[in-house]
Amino acid sequence: MHNEHSDAHFQLRIDNGEHIEAKDYMPEKYRKHLIRQMSQHAHSEVIGMQPEGNWITRAPSLRAKQILLAKIQDEGGHGLYLYSAAETLGISRVELIEQLQSGKAKYSSIFNYPALNWADIGAIGWLVDGAAIVNQVSLQRTSYGPYSRAMVRICKEESFHQRQGYEIMSKMMKGTKDQQAMAQDAMNRWWWPSLMMFGPHDKNSPHSSDAVKWKIKRETNDELRQKFIDKTIPQAELIGLTFPDPKIKLDTTTGHYTIGKINWEEFLRVIAGHGPCNKQRLDHHIKYHEEGVWIREAAVAYKQKNAKKELETV
Amino acid sequence: MTTDTQLDLWEVFIQSKSGLPYIHAGSIHASDNKMALQNARDIYTRRGEGTSIWVMPSKYIVASNPDDNDMLFDPANDKIYRHPTFYVMPEGAKNI
Repeated sequence: MHNEHSDAHFQLRIDNGEHIEAKDYMPEKYRKHLIRQMSQHAHSEVIGMQPEGNWITRAPSLRAKQILLAKIQDEGGHGLYLYSAAETLGISRVELIEQLQSGKAKYSSIFNYPALNWADIGAIGWLVDGAAIVNQVSLQRTSYGPYSRAMVRICKEESFHQRQGYEIMSKMMKGTKDQQAMAQDAMNRWWWPSLMMFGPHDKNSPHSSDAVKWKIKRETNDELRQKFIDKTIPQAELIGLTFPDPKIKLDTTTGHYTIGKINWEEFLRVIAGHGPCNKQRLDHHIKYHEEGVWIREAAVAYKQKNAKKELETV
Repeated sequence: MTTDTQLDLWEVFIQSKSGLPYIHAGSIHASDNKMALQNARDIYTRRGEGTSIWVMPSKYIVASNPDDNDMLFDPANDKIYRHPTFYVMPEGAKNI
């Protein structure tokens, strides 16, 4: 008979392809890893609303404005799915937000880059959401039930995000010389940071081995990055965009594209807080969180008033 | 000033089409019934996923303990006569 509260039994369940649910036994390190990864994922969705939110009032048409609003609302929703999935692990929303605002928890460093013009909205949807989808499709099979279910829901919604971005890029590439140059400029700025979204190479990835053993991650950083590269390069070529990487070429023996060297110094610099917008993103989050206190207080006061009324009528 | 909270936790169940069961969709935060329904609608039914929503405060859910699974669910395993395949039908019997 197995001891159901042993790490060996837990690993056996994982190896059998079972999902782990909130009340099941799990090693403390598994729980910690999930809280770190899921909260980082949730924070990324929420902080990711900022670079795009900046463009709602400046969208070039009513159609574009409606789409952008819907997309940003989705990102907020995705953040909420993930926060509530993370809460099943015994951490509160208050703690999660506190960890984001104090800098203890991270979010995807891609959102520390600014969205400088409308073409950036295209590039973000196509490249940033495109990279996120590759990762999220893989995470649908993650071993923690609530995380897996949130991912299934997110993936259903995310493909509209990528398609709307690619549509913007493709329209601009069919436009004037200036529009084409804007699209290419956005491509040049977002390509490398998108590749960095998958994290360090496998040989340098500090969290990967446990995560793969526990099937939190089903594919490694490099495997996921390669998938993204292989599907994105032909999409760029189709609409006439080039890459800020002269080393890109198709390896005809493997069928995969190879790329030049990623600038990991830049990646580490941005993660450490020295990207173009790190301070702005957190300051904005803290400001609106603090300005929203009265709304939460009013909601609680309203609930208490109604509870009192109910008592009086009994 | 009162302590800042993130309001209460609620569970959301959605029926995708009339006649089908309500399925757990996830959780939300809200202070009262009305806010809970509105938040559930905004967060879980942006694409026509539902025709009806149930919300309930998470604190009222009583869940079984995985440690009790043997005790709770084992008795079902040795009563195979509850399944139609247990019974031997005469050769040639139809529509049964």
